[in-house]
Amino acid sequence: MEFLSDFFVAPIMEMVDAPEFLAEVIIAGLMSGVMYSLVGLGFVLIFKASGIFNFAQGVMVLFAALNFVGLMDSGVHPIIAFIATVVIMTVLAMAIERVVLRRLVNQNQLILFMSTIGIAFFLEGFGELIWGGNVRPLDIGIPDDVVFIANGTILIQEADLFAGATAALLVTILALGFRYTAVGRALRAVADDHQAALSIGIPLNNIWVIVWAVAGFVALVAGIMWGTKLGVQFSISIVALKALPVLILGGFTSIPGAIIGGLIIGAGEKVAEVYWGSLFGGAIEEWFAYIVALLFLLFRPQGLFGEKIIDRV
Amino acid sequence: MLYREAGDFKTTYAKDQALIPIRQDRVMLYIAIALALLLPFVASDYFLGSIAIPVLIMVIAATGLNLLLGYCGQISLGSGAFMAAGAYMAYKCATAFPWLPMPVSIILAGLATAMIGIAFGLPAVRIKGFYLAVATLAAQFFLLWLFTHVPWFVNYTMSGVPTPPPATVLGVYVTGADAPNWAKYLFVLSFTAFLTWIAYNLVRSRIGRSWMAIRDMDIAAELIGIRPLWTKLTAFAISSFYCGVAGALWSFCFINTVEPTAFDINRSFQILFMVIIGGLGSILGSYFGAIFITLFPIFLNSAPAWLGLDIPGDIITHLEFMIFGAMIVFFLIVEPNGLARLWQLGKEKLRLWPFPH
Amino acid sequence: MAENLLTVENITLRFGGVKALTDVSFDILKGEIRAIIGPNGAGKSSMLNCINGFYHPQEGRITYKGQTRKQMRPYEAASQGIARTFQNIALFRGMSVLDNVMTGRVLKMKSSLLEQAFYFGRARSEEISHRSKVEEVIDFLEINAIRKTPVGRLPYGLQKRVELARALAAEPELLLLDEPMAGMNVEEKEDMSRFILNVNAEFGTTIALIEHDMGVVMDLSDRVVVLNYGEKLADGTPDVVRSNQAVIDAYLGASH
Repeated sequence: MEFLSDFFVAPIMEMVDAPEFLAEVIIAGLMSGVMYSLVGLGFVLIFKASGIFNFAQGVMVLFAALNFVGLMDSGVHPIIAFIATVVIMTVLAMAIERVVLRRLVNQNQLILFMSTIGIAFFLEGFGELIWGGNVRPLDIGIPDDVVFIANGTILIQEADLFAGATAALLVTILALGFRYTAVGRALRAVADDHQAALSIGIPLNNIWVIVWAVAGFVALVAGIMWGTKLGVQFSISIVALKALPVLILGGFTSIPGAIIGGLIIGAGEKVAEVYWGSLFGGAIEEWFAYIVALLFLLFRPQGLFGEKIIDRV
Repeated sequence: MLYREAGDFKTTYAKDQALIPIRQDRVMLYIAIALALLLPFVASDYFLGSIAIPVLIMVIAATGLNLLLGYCGQISLGSGAFMAAGAYMAYKCATAFPWLPMPVSIILAGLATAMIGIAFGLPAVRIKGFYLAVATLAAQFFLLWLFTHVPWFVNYTMSGVPTPPPATVLGVYVTGADAPNWAKYLFVLSFTAFLTWIAYNLVRSRIGRSWMAIRDMDIAAELIGIRPLWTKLTAFAISSFYCGVAGALWSFCFINTVEPTAFDINRSFQILFMVIIGGLGSILGSYFGAIFITLFPIFLNSAPAWLGLDIPGDIITHLEFMIFGAMIVFFLIVEPNGLARLWQLGKEKLRLWPFPH
Repeated sequence: MAENLLTVENITLRFGGVKALTDVSFDILKGEIRAIIGPNGAGKSSMLNCINGFYHPQEGRITYKGQTRKQMRPYEAASQGIARTFQNIALFRGMSVLDNVMTGRVLKMKSSLLEQAFYFGRARSEEISHRSKVEEVIDFLEINAIRKTPVGRLPYGLQKRVELARALAAEPELLLLDEPMAGMNVEEKEDMSRFILNVNAEFGTTIALIEHDMGVVMDLSDRVVVLNYGEKLADGTPDVVRSNQAVIDAYLGASH
């Protein structure tokens, strides 16, 4: 009985008693949700265009951030460092296409998935071999003051606002690019049907390079945001794994799904941790997202926005 | 013509379906068993305790994942957590029922892990491929959290990292700090040998064919009358059983503590790599994979010293990541059947050698 | 008059707004060879998929061996003696021919998991007794030489034959063949026709087959049902169907 009351009643009472605090918790959650969304976005791009579930996306975030911060620490101007990292991620995309993807065309998805695990390990080792495995603080001059809203009752980090705005901008650019550019049209064609796209002369290999490069760019943005907050370190690639449950929630083929899924998971796990965590001994943030995903897999495997899959013989 | 199956005729289907139909292979197996039994007499204590024991335990875990991934085609990134489950369950069993013989406790721990495996394998009913990776990641993070945050699992030990109770088999300590390495080795070896035999039996029986059918084309398998749910869940259960036993042995016979860090997500990846590099869908491959993945880092750590180079440890760790990652990609592209396939090719060469034309 | 083995009545199958089958009814008599023909997209494969429970029609009834159901389930269909082959080969590519054909007998094997794990008792005796059954099928279809080859390495025509072997190993009462001769050369087609006729004659297996080669259909089948745009166009003996004006229009294009 006491447990039931602790579980069902007490947290709700707390929320009602201090709505400003709840709002703060939710906002903090949404902000980490933005990070999940950004990683998830990279997953969706690659999955849509090549049907590959890219486990390495999280490590790409780390790799991009490592390169960026490494260049900056060796005295390169942030803008130059940014451009250089974009070039590095593009070269990486080309290398992955040439060395791995091209040779695994028509393999089953599980093999492709496992090969991206291999890529993830390689990149992680490679990045840290060059730039070292230490935590590197990252400061590109994003304001780190706090602002108060709602008559000064709710406190927000400016950096969080900045991250949210950047993410929104990025998604808008991508959405417009998808809709209005020739490359975007080709991408959508490939996403719909590889064979058909190939047969009307869309160069599949180039498309893959482009998507992986764009995913690398998204990874860089995510990496900078994350690095500003936590420092650039190995654990980023583990935290980025939370984008996987986000995708289960949002559906693997839906860009808005990735965004909304990320926000839901981010806010959900914060609220769960703050209000229910102590009941279970704390640190439930570690698995909350995954268990939510597990439940989705059991009862609604296509996610909130994904399309239902029909098998054919 | 060192290796040949010609002239080794079978007159009944029973003989053709024997575990090892070719006489030369049988002889090789007997030699391998004899060598394994003789090892404690010739090998150093270090070799037994720090190389032979962990390799044999990881063979069990890799075989378990191979049954699931290589034979049934269902991926798991939670093997480490299932090993943890086995370790904690064995600890609970051995402390709650001290009169139970240790092998029984370990088998019971394996069975309990099988139940947990079924629970996390349930989503496989409706999804396939990499979706399962997420479901099993849930097992990885949730189970480890559970064992570290619920003190019941460690009998409310203050440190949270209890030591497995000592136990004897035939009057010799096989677990605990007093157990000699040769006894632990033989104890682990008997589990490895027994579970290898079981695995071979499973994959040549109906269940093994059903797993492979689900792996190769699940829709056709279903239309033939193979029940996907039952088939996938048995694969999860048996695979988790193997991982559970391996985890119990790891805690009881190798590290001598029951602690979560031994079974984190890196362990899951390590087991996955053993299966991929050793050979998907090959039990023998699990041996190759476990040996390779365990020994290669040791080699990498000592190689620079042999060459007179001084390379810092963290750089070697980064190199190890790179090499393993590259090898995974390499084997998936060039030889998904892994080292086991290379072994087979070697045998085919020997069949012709020394007269290749 | 032979008795009815299977009757489908008023089957309607929809995918979202698309109607794949509309109000289709026909029957299959015990021991006959029944052909289902029609242009591409006429709903032939969908019909087979309904019969063995892979698709679930929204309307209609299926009566099989005197039992009427709204729809079949794949497991039920298989355990009741319905086996099939597929338009695009659906073999287990990683397994040997022998193992593929052995999977066909999965429903006839009863040993428990424990017996299989220890390979004793029924597990052992079953492996041996079913192996000899499977070897009969392998002899019958003349694929002895390739029994231990992984099917992925076989040429197309042989793969089709292995698929038939796997279906036959289940000793089905009703065998559904989805374009068994698609993509074959004349010689392979003749072989396959011979096997189909032999299966029907020697084992008394009832066969429903989809085929595009009209010559083959007319030679092999006892009765033919014609589908067009998901609707039944004609039904009857090859001669009757051949002279049906609607069928001629559907195939040659109506000349109005």
